[in-house]
Amino acid sequence: MTFRRYLVLGVITITASCGDTFLSRGMKSLGPVSLAHPAQLIHAIFSPWVASGIVLLIGFFASYLTALSWADLTYVLPASSLGYVIMTLLAKFWLHEHVSPLRWLGVVFITAGVGFVTRGPSYTDHSHHRGVTSTDPALAAVAETAPEEVRR
Amino acid sequence: MTSAILATCAMIAAIVVSATAGDILTASAMRQVGDLDLIRQRSGILGAAGAVVTNGRFGVGVICLALSFFSLLFAFSHRDLSLIGPAATSLTFVTNALAARFFLHENVDRRRWTAALFVCVGVALLAF
Repeated sequence: MTFRRYLVLGVITITASCGDTFLSRGMKSLGPVSLAHPAQLIHAIFSPWVASGIVLLIGFFASYLTALSWADLTYVLPASSLGYVIMTLLAKFWLHEHVSPLRWLGVVFITAGVGFVTRGPSYTDHSHHRGVTSTDPALAAVAETAPEEVRR
Repeated sequence: MTSAILATCAMIAAIVVSATAGDILTASAMRQVGDLDLIRQRSGILGAAGAVVTNGRFGVGVICLALSFFSLLFAFSHRDLSLIGPAATSLTFVTNALAARFFLHENVDRRRWTAALFVCVGVALLAF
């Protein structure tokens, strides 16, 4: 894992939590949307908060896909769950909401989970073949040509 | 009473199953596509976007994620956000770990299980 890749995980965390918060803020300011008037939803897309939220969530999805191209799903999901912690901190210090002790305990659990997973390897190397790893290009090429069942 | 509990369980299950299928399919698609940073260096950002969008598994994965989103909206219209949100999100961490182990053959060792369970419990606690 390079610094740039940790940065991508950070972008996932921040864009997801801020995108959701912006959408929520925008929809609350517009009021309830009736199914009888679906055009209100189109109007909602052009409100500044909702539009900013959508841009952030597009950024989230692009960086999430980038992370999945070089890291395992079981690494990316827990590693990027710090967004819940950010949302709780925003709720406490920006929106001045009451955060119960159990929620703080939840923040501690999530932070510990993120700590566990980020200290381990980020990617399962599927090119192993009879003890050969892909760090040796010549031997990795042999592993790549082996049948899928053997590689596992 | 029992039918209400069953309906809640069915709604949560629909969200969790579709979200897990979506996550696994998109992760599998990205594994097929390869390192996006390298593709972007070689073919530019449009080449990287094209490689992702033209992948069949990615398309099915996005459909599953959309189904999960609409299942979530449906559940929110019938049950409390504080019940559905944390229950569905926390369970999805566990089902993703299981599905990644069996379908993506990821090395889900003790460290990753511990992380998934800690995040699962943490997200559930955020409801209180």
